[in-house]
Amino acid sequence: MIGAAWQALVSGPLRATPGRTLLAALAIAAGIALGVAVHLINASAAAEFRRAALQLAGAADLVVRGPRAGFDESLYPRIATLPGIALASPVLELTASRSSGNESLKVVGLDALRAWQLQPALVAGGTGPAADLFDADAIRLSAAAARALGVAAGDRLDFQVGTATVRLRVSGILADGAYRQQLGVMDIAAAQWRFDRIGQLNRIDIRLQPGADPRTVQRALQSLLPPGVYALTPDAENERSVALTRAYRLNLDMLAMIALFTGAFLVFSTQVLALLRRRTQIALLRALGLTRRTVLALLLAEGGLIGFAGAAIGIAAGYVLAQQVLAIAGVDLGAGYFRMLQADLLVEPGTLATFLGLGISFALAGTAMPAWTAAHRPPAQGLHAGDAENDPVSGTAVKTGLATLAGGAALLSLPPVQGLPLAGYVAIALLLLGSVLVLPQVATLLLARIRLRLAMPHALGLAQLQATPRHAAISISAILVSFSLVVAMLLMVTSFRTSLDDWLVRVLPADVYLRAAASGETAYLGPVEQQRIASLPGIARAEFLRTQTLLLAPGRVPVTLIARDLDAQHASRTLPLVGAPMLPAPGAPPAIWVSELVADVYGMHPGQVVTLPVGDPLQPWTVAGVWRDYARQNGAIVMDRSEYTARTGDRLANDVALWLAPGAAPAAAARDLRAALRSDAPVEITSAAEIRRLSLAIFDRTFAITWALEIAALMIGLVGVSLAFSAQALARRREFGVLRHLGMTRREIGIMLAGEGALTALIGALCGLATGSVIGLILIRVINRQSFHWSMELAVPWPALTALLIGIVLCAALTAAISARFVMRHDVVRAVREDW
Amino acid sequence: MLNISRLQKTYRSAGEQCILQDVNLELVPGDYVAIIGESGSGKSTLLNLIAGLDLPDAGTVTLAGQELTGLDDDARTRLRRRDMGFVFQAFLLLPHLTVLDNAALSLKLNGVQHNAAQQRAHAVLTAVGLAAMIHRFPGTLSGGESQRVAVARALAHEPRLVLADEPTGNLDAASAGMVLALLREQIKVRRSMGILVTHSTAAAATADRVYRLAGGELRPS
Repeated sequence: MIGAAWQALVSGPLRATPGRTLLAALAIAAGIALGVAVHLINASAAAEFRRAALQLAGAADLVVRGPRAGFDESLYPRIATLPGIALASPVLELTASRSSGNESLKVVGLDALRAWQLQPALVAGGTGPAADLFDADAIRLSAAAARALGVAAGDRLDFQVGTATVRLRVSGILADGAYRQQLGVMDIAAAQWRFDRIGQLNRIDIRLQPGADPRTVQRALQSLLPPGVYALTPDAENERSVALTRAYRLNLDMLAMIALFTGAFLVFSTQVLALLRRRTQIALLRALGLTRRTVLALLLAEGGLIGFAGAAIGIAAGYVLAQQVLAIAGVDLGAGYFRMLQADLLVEPGTLATFLGLGISFALAGTAMPAWTAAHRPPAQGLHAGDAENDPVSGTAVKTGLATLAGGAALLSLPPVQGLPLAGYVAIALLLLGSVLVLPQVATLLLARIRLRLAMPHALGLAQLQATPRHAAISISAILVSFSLVVAMLLMVTSFRTSLDDWLVRVLPADVYLRAAASGETAYLGPVEQQRIASLPGIARAEFLRTQTLLLAPGRVPVTLIARDLDAQHASRTLPLVGAPMLPAPGAPPAIWVSELVADVYGMHPGQVVTLPVGDPLQPWTVAGVWRDYARQNGAIVMDRSEYTARTGDRLANDVALWLAPGAAPAAAARDLRAALRSDAPVEITSAAEIRRLSLAIFDRTFAITWALEIAALMIGLVGVSLAFSAQALARRREFGVLRHLGMTRREIGIMLAGEGALTALIGALCGLATGSVIGLILIRVINRQSFHWSMELAVPWPALTALLIGIVLCAALTAAISARFVMRHDVVRAVREDW
Repeated sequence: MLNISRLQKTYRSAGEQCILQDVNLELVPGDYVAIIGESGSGKSTLLNLIAGLDLPDAGTVTLAGQELTGLDDDARTRLRRRDMGFVFQAFLLLPHLTVLDNAALSLKLNGVQHNAAQQRAHAVLTAVGLAAMIHRFPGTLSGGESQRVAVARALAHEPRLVLADEPTGNLDAASAGMVLALLREQIKVRRSMGILVTHSTAAAATADRVYRLAGGELRPS
């Protein structure tokens, strides 16, 4: 019996209308493909990131890690002789600026004899450490670095140290599998000497004696380490770096889920239409003895089948898409976290199974309500030859919707989970779901309040909508879902871009900016060069800036320390402060200004006195304010450069902001600056306007993927409207037949339906505007804040929203008219007769 | 005046089947005729051709001097809107409109202003005995009441021709008698022409003349 019922109810109709079934499956496939591609790429990147870090740590059981600037190497012998430690290998890890080009190279200085026991692949040469590593000008390159730099063994590589050039000889290329990313390996003494870091280390790799308890040794080690230096396990060391990207990766995953959500909505619209067409078959099978439960199960099985097909297509498409993206653009999806990373596509069967399950679940969710309604419709109603109206939305759904909305609102107050705004995402999902559930009631209220006296045929269309608001709710829901997502993204991206632009104007007050090197950490300006720059005749004012890193917690990546010339009394002129500043009282420790991330993660607030590992010993500082920093995702602390120099003795600078003298031309100033530096160093000299332009271009590139998703959401929404209108047009064939008898032309009926479509879309878009605005605010105030600790000012893109609203209303009107045209192609006149 | 001359219609979808051959009929204002015939005899086809909803293979339908077969679909639709009224077996009232709005529908489609249309519809509804129900929706009416609204809708814009297709097929005997009497009375009062298509000889007996459609031919019964 089930087989026959399946054939009559599901497989037969599916074969009869394969296009519509395929459309629903493709909607699921689109969401799944996007999700699979994004997830595979991100997972591959994160796995490769971990693998690279583990390869560098080698066989080390513990890693002593300090700030990038390093710690005194006198720490090394004290650590090496600690009980329980079998081997300690000193390391200097740095990102070396290249003398030509904009890219830098990661270089590790190793003690080859010790590293041979921990990272033999990096130092191997025959049966022991390679002898060439002991040359003071030798650097070995990984195969990836050699390929990227276009060099071979024996070639020369120039690096920038300060403003001078240091030339090294490529003494060999590491075996292919030794290290898959770009890396240079040097002797540690040579690295310290050539990169002007004599006496400094920033890592010590430790191998424990057999039987030694890692935790005990770790505790003993930690007691020996100066502030800002920590003993970590290699896993913890890796995890903190990967954790930095977790929020970004989750955000991309969530974007893909949104596409899947809209896909599920399309399944809903498709199934409403399909089941409307099949109401007679369903009623007949019910009359023949099929139970409601069996009908429901069969219809849900059909939804599951569509989900399975969609998910299978989506997984295959997602895999191909990921492969193509990887081949063309690499593993970085726009944010720059994995910019230099090379990785192979990592396919985890478990992940793919999860996506398969997601596809089926979303399709089932989209099928559930129409299936339930169809199964519970009285058979007598379905057997009646007329176009009985069907109500796909239960009145009790409103209460559930309100409860869902309340639940979503309650979740907004919850804190992030391990730095991830999970409650925020769930709140958005509940908000969308709740909005869809209460929409019939809202549509009823809104439509009832329209008191327009329209001419024919629009009067008839309005009367139809007012009399059947819950039918209109299907179309309105499709518009609501897609439009609210577009509005939310538009609101968030516009607010972010506007805030970024304002921020750039604030943080770039000078005319020209000089950076010692485009990238890397070995280039700097010494005191003499700073003096030369400041005294140039075309320069009215020069503010120097030194950046370093501070490791404030072992589980976090280091924060950036920015020491700059700063007037503490007027910090708000230079820093985009959020909230009121609180200057230190006379005699209190000097001021620092922390970025929002530092304030959130480390619990710092204005007025608080904190100690920082700046200089030795720990120094107290007063948090004078919190500032907005969009440039660094690891957090930043700003202090006055004179205070920094007084405590560290470091008089170097990385960047300088330059105000030109009246009448001085930027091009001439740049020429004078290069001449003043008296070197070939490729210092980067850029105008504030150019930095702003480049920054905004990077922003636009980063968010390019969101525009693609918005277009996809809009398209899916319009297809949903089309299906909903097709369903309604089909249900109203008899009405159209009567109207044709009464003298309405096909065109007039089309105009009537277009009017209904426009009004429906207008209500949907207005509801979507309201829902989208709330979601946008959640993205701004909760998701962004909890993910990246970035606040931003709300900026409403009125022209874009208005254009979108008009566009979607016109598209919906057109879609409705086309649906009517499609139905009118058939002989609607016959629909009025029952005895043919 | 309605003139149907040498009307022919053949369906070719499942073999050639001649539905109507050489059908002739002439009506003048005030005429009310009935057409009876078996199922499948072509009654509805004939109604569709008269209404301009379908086109004959040969012959002409002329209403008030306008030959329908020479008009395009839009022109035939406009003619139908202005000069014809319909009463269906299943009433076919629009469920989302009130009784008054249903009755005023044809008037509004003909461009009559809202208030005037409502007044005229109200007058017709009063004539059919439904003045007290004008604000009710079709779903709350009995079959007889629904068909009286349909009659009001068919007559409100004072068409030249009223086509009634089995108007009593869904009604009990008492309601059927009332509706048939009403239909005849209103057609006569308004000097319209009426064609009643029915299976029922009793219903047909209320008309001035009765024709039988059989074998594709229309003959006086």
